Amino acid sequence: MGFALTTEQFDAFLAGLARDYDIYAPKRLAGKGAFSGTDLIAYAPVQSLAEIVFDRKTFYSPKEILLPISQTLFYFTEEAYREPQQQQRPVIIFLRPCDVHAVKRLDQIYLHNGDQADPYYRERREKVKFFVMECTEGFDSCFCVSMGTNRTGEYAVFLRLEADRVLCDARPEFTPALAAYGREAPFTPAFIEQNKISVKTPEKIAPAVYGHPLWSEYDSRCIACGRCNVCCPTCTCFTMQDIFYEDNPRCGERRRVWAGCMIDGFTDLAGGHSFRNKYGERMRFKALHKVYDFKKRFGDHMCVGCGRCDDVCPEYISFSRIINRLAEVSDDE
Amino acid sequence: MDVNTKKIIKNAWRVTKERGVTCLRIRVPGGHLEVKYLDLLKEIAEKYGNGTVHLTTRQGFEIPGIQMNKIDEINQMLAPVIQGLEMELGVPVTDETAGYPAAGTRNVAACIGNRVCPFANFDTTKLAGKVEALIYPNDFHVKIAISGCPNDCIKGHLHDIGVMGMVEPVYNQQRCIGCQACVKNCRQVSTGALSFVNYKVRRDPLRCTGCGECVLKCPAAAWTRGKQSYRLVIMGRTGKKNPRLARPFLEWADETVVLQVIKNMYAYIDRHIDRSLPKEHVGYIVDRTGYPVFREEALAGVTLNPEARVAAWMDWSGYRYERTSNMV
Ligand code: SF4
Ligand code: SF4
Ligand code: SF4
Ligand code: SF4
Ligand code: SF4
Repeated sequence: MGFALTTEQFDAFLAGLARDYDIYAPKRLAGKGAFSGTDLIAYAPVQSLAEIVFDRKTFYSPKEILLPISQTLFYFTEEAYREPQQQQRPVIIFLRPCDVHAVKRLDQIYLHNGDQADPYYRERREKVKFFVMECTEGFDSCFCVSMGTNRTGEYAVFLRLEADRVLCDARPEFTPALAAYGREAPFTPAFIEQNKISVKTPEKIAPAVYGHPLWSEYDSRCIACGRCNVCCPTCTCFTMQDIFYEDNPRCGERRRVWAGCMIDGFTDLAGGHSFRNKYGERMRFKALHKVYDFKKRFGDHMCVGCGRCDDVCPEYISFSRIINRLAEVSDDE
Repeated sequence: MDVNTKKIIKNAWRVTKERGVTCLRIRVPGGHLEVKYLDLLKEIAEKYGNGTVHLTTRQGFEIPGIQMNKIDEINQMLAPVIQGLEMELGVPVTDETAGYPAAGTRNVAACIGNRVCPFANFDTTKLAGKVEALIYPNDFHVKIAISGCPNDCIKGHLHDIGVMGMVEPVYNQQRCIGCQACVKNCRQVSTGALSFVNYKVRRDPLRCTGCGECVLKCPAAAWTRGKQSYRLVIMGRTGKKNPRLARPFLEWADETVVLQVIKNMYAYIDRHIDRSLPKEHVGYIVDRTGYPVFREEALAGVTLNPEARVAAWMDWSGYRYERTSNMV
């Protein structure tokens, strides 16, 4: 059902929601960019429409709201352990269509991979509502259309920002609240139908692709900083850390912390062995996981084409170019 | 030919090796200028000079090969440069058609800073402009240089005052993925102020130089920028007697403190300079009065910000040319 709200009405609507929800949206964090005098566009709690950034893509994805970067799974003493109390309030996330698809990839890994759902993830996931921000122009690095993630129907509310008002399409759950603040107005969500970048994903991977010289370029270009993993809305890897408190090493906690396949230490094994020491080999692993293996196993590509990995790479390595080159050499082989 | 050499030197003109020929020194505070000024410099060099300019270490231009009898004429032409590069910064100039009002205090140099350099912690050119407005025109021979970070690309360590940008890195352990990029890098390029304890990062604030490298290296924004401040190194110099690298005088000092200290240094020079000499550099004055007197007078009336730290004593480095006994 469609609604139109003035900026003031929308702020009142948000204030109403804030009684029951934590509201996260893309926000300009002043002075928090890595370079001096720059801002960071990232997910943070918001209270008003003016705080929500519509004209920039976030550096980090909304993944961190569902899957904390560092999360304590349980505390332990010599004879007992105990999970932290989850006090998660329901959450509203303002996000774009590609990011909605990205959350589905997280669901795939944390809820539908094997017969056990991850309880920590489920606890948060069940409390999340999506407010989808209309995306019809996209950004320079996006390739959601090629990945089929440009459209989504999975939202509680869909919004279009206009000069002095917001148009919304709402599911029944939110129609009373919207009706209370705004007025009914016909509105059909629009989606982006063409990006500046398009990719072709490989249909089949010939064994020769594994040793193909395409990867060795990244041995020297990539610095294994892991920004592409950390900002990716679909990277789901984590590592475990057992912490023994310094004051009393007989108790401690186990944490789950994000990890990334491009970063040193990801494949370290007992005895000091490690796979994929070369950065090109890591890139091959990542690329094949994002646009081949995942689909083979679950039916959709893991990569949703958000383009963040392109945006954040300090070495200007373009992942969309890697996908296209991968498809080219796969077709050739 | 009658020329008052003292007067023309103060007016930023040189007495050169060639009789009757002078060279004009142009100041570019902060080393950054709009290219429109280059047209005028080119015109002077082509019409009055020998068609060349020299780029100085102080980020100015020297226009050589000019006849001394053209000084007044060229001073007139210089008005737009003096207006645009000095008066617009707030430098008090009474007659912009009379050339540079002083030449003792040299151009305030700056590295390219955060207008371009990713390592820079602030806008160096902008601060250079503020310093220029504070201390120029002045006849005391003082050299000041400003760097965006402790890399000190402008080599403030060879200046009477070197200013370097610092930033307090702020750690959010919730965002840390334990990749140790910051820890390894700090050890490699800076001071090894970071250690990895229980899978999280610990910073030794006494060791940290505030370079901001950890913020740049962190893939997860676990380190972000906190308060921006400055390190002041003092009394570095080259010269024919006793070259030395500057030593840290202040750390984590804010802009107000830095500007006040620079201002106070001029009052200190005024009080202690040996006027029997043609000129005396501030470093040699400090050699005479001792560091404690300098410190007291440089900090007179200054309210230090709470984070600021001051050198309790000075352990001057450097060597004396006449004692280079390793020369055999
Ligand atoms: S962001 Fe770029 S340099 Fe860093 S690991 Fe990824 S591809 Fe390599
Ligand atoms: S691989 Fe790159 S483009 Fe694909 S989902 Fe991750 S960050 Fe987005
Ligand atoms: S001193 Fe620092 S900020 Fe200035 S140019 Fe060098 S690295 Fe960049
Ligand atoms: S600011 Fe520089 S010296 Fe301080 S912890 Fe970070 S990298 Fe190390
Ligand atoms: S670089 Fe960032 S994420 Fe990595 S260890 Fe340092 S603070 Fe943690």
